[in-house]
Amino acid sequence: MGTILIDSLFVFMMAGFIGFEVIKRISPLLHTPLMSITNALDAIAVVGAIVLVGRHESKLAFILGILAVIAATSNIVGGFLITDRMLKMFKSTRPTKS
Amino acid sequence: MTDFFGSQAFIGFVYLIASALFILSLKWMNAPPTARRGILSGEIGMVLAIGGTILQLGTEGKLEHIAISYTWIFIALGIGTAIGIPLGMVQMTAVPQRTALSHAFGAFCVTLVGTAEYYLGVHAGNLPTFKMSVLCCEVILGGLTITGSLMAAGKLQEVLPQRPIIYRGQNIVNLGMLAVAIGLAVYLVHNPSATYLYPFMVGIAVVFGVMLVIPIGGADMPTVISLLNSYAGLSAAAMGFVLQNKLLIIAGALDGSSGFILSVIMCKAMNRSFTNVLFGAFGQVQASGGAVQEQRTVRSASADEAAGILAAASRVVVVPGYGMAVAQAQHKVRELYDALTKKGIDVEFAIHPVAGRMPGHMNVLLAEADVPYDHLKEMDEINGDFPQVDVSLVIGANDVTNPAAKTDKASPIYGMPVLDVEKSHTVMVIKRSMNPGFAGIDNPLYYMNNTLMLFGDAKAFVTNIVKELTGGH
Repeated sequence: MGTILIDSLFVFMMAGFIGFEVIKRISPLLHTPLMSITNALDAIAVVGAIVLVGRHESKLAFILGILAVIAATSNIVGGFLITDRMLKMFKSTRPTKS
Repeated sequence: MTDFFGSQAFIGFVYLIASALFILSLKWMNAPPTARRGILSGEIGMVLAIGGTILQLGTEGKLEHIAISYTWIFIALGIGTAIGIPLGMVQMTAVPQRTALSHAFGAFCVTLVGTAEYYLGVHAGNLPTFKMSVLCCEVILGGLTITGSLMAAGKLQEVLPQRPIIYRGQNIVNLGMLAVAIGLAVYLVHNPSATYLYPFMVGIAVVFGVMLVIPIGGADMPTVISLLNSYAGLSAAAMGFVLQNKLLIIAGALDGSSGFILSVIMCKAMNRSFTNVLFGAFGQVQASGGAVQEQRTVRSASADEAAGILAAASRVVVVPGYGMAVAQAQHKVRELYDALTKKGIDVEFAIHPVAGRMPGHMNVLLAEADVPYDHLKEMDEINGDFPQVDVSLVIGANDVTNPAAKTDKASPIYGMPVLDVEKSHTVMVIKRSMNPGFAGIDNPLYYMNNTLMLFGDAKAFVTNIVKELTGGH
């Protein structure tokens, strides 16, 4: 348990620092799409739910797992979709319109 | 080959690639030209991780259920997709409430998985101290994020009142609830088999989420959404600790730090601390603050007068706020931008970090209306330029232009960084009436000699100005 815990904490710490450095550089222009894409990425929690359903260790875990897969999938699909729609709108030169 | 697909090394490798793609995804999000590559990278990472997980499941030991499980996994993925598509297609003005809702969904997933892991762990007698501690973190953070985000979404959608609901002893009640939840968690860590306490712990966290957001008003939503974003990320990271899944830890840490950074930016933009946003009584301060109400004169102007002043300018700065979003005026504002640009007038947009209801809200709305993003200026970028600006046109923004924040120590927003619009030659403010709105903070800008009030609905007024400018009738 000890080494696994330390391993996990290392990963968490490094990812936290990387997150700070990477996200600090993101233009305030894109803060809304940033929030929607991190939401989609965060829904990677779906893999935990999939394993729960797959292992089928108890009825309760199975049902909770299915609900969790639904919730996370809707975030993945919705999150990527809306981020893409938003980013498509950001243009630096205006398209010619009359 | 199936040996390899089933091995821990295989799934570990897939997760490693997915982690790298997630980090690259956020790196590419830093500027508009590369941002869409960021989405692609995130999507590939996601598909790899989900695909790898499903593949590996098929080769695990207990196979009697796998066909049923697979069926249900695909049904759940299908239902999730069916819910996700409409959530991804909402109007741009509804993005803040959609975002809050998706925080709730994310937290819901995490809390359910945590709960399932708890009961499985109790059954198997396998809940060592560390695992149980992170599991409690996971479900408490998850639980409060579910209801907190739903409350925020309700306030943003205006199905719940936007004004803060405040009562005596609120902070004591809230902190007391949190303390009880943590107390139960500590007990459960030492006695995981006390299953009757587990629902209480989750239940208190869920109620705490409601109580936490009740006293928070619409103007504080950007901070609250960011903070809930951070909680959702941290609860997912805690889930990664419980499941020993490094990909989850990384994604959760990225989301957590993103939400945290945004909350800090929002707090700085309002000159307030976290504790002040969460436990501060924004509404209470004003009750004592706005006692003196002297009669002051206000100058107003009509649409054709406003159009004349704009046409005579050479540099115009538009300051949009939540009022522009409410009136759905962004497309008309673009027409105004077009009309003025055609006359050779330099038009820019000054975006305050907390304008609107979430970080970057105004940028998205203006981008939707096809305003080129190089004309959208951040506060620090444009503030020094206001003395050279001929006309500042404030559309539906209030507190972010309030000069009292710089001069009046009694003002509840004293110290908040604001846009220096009053330094421009002429200020025009489109506003429904002199009613100070629910925040109730008086804005001295409206009584200044170089200020003209344009009374009316933002969309209708801008439409009239555009008509005058383009000579239409």
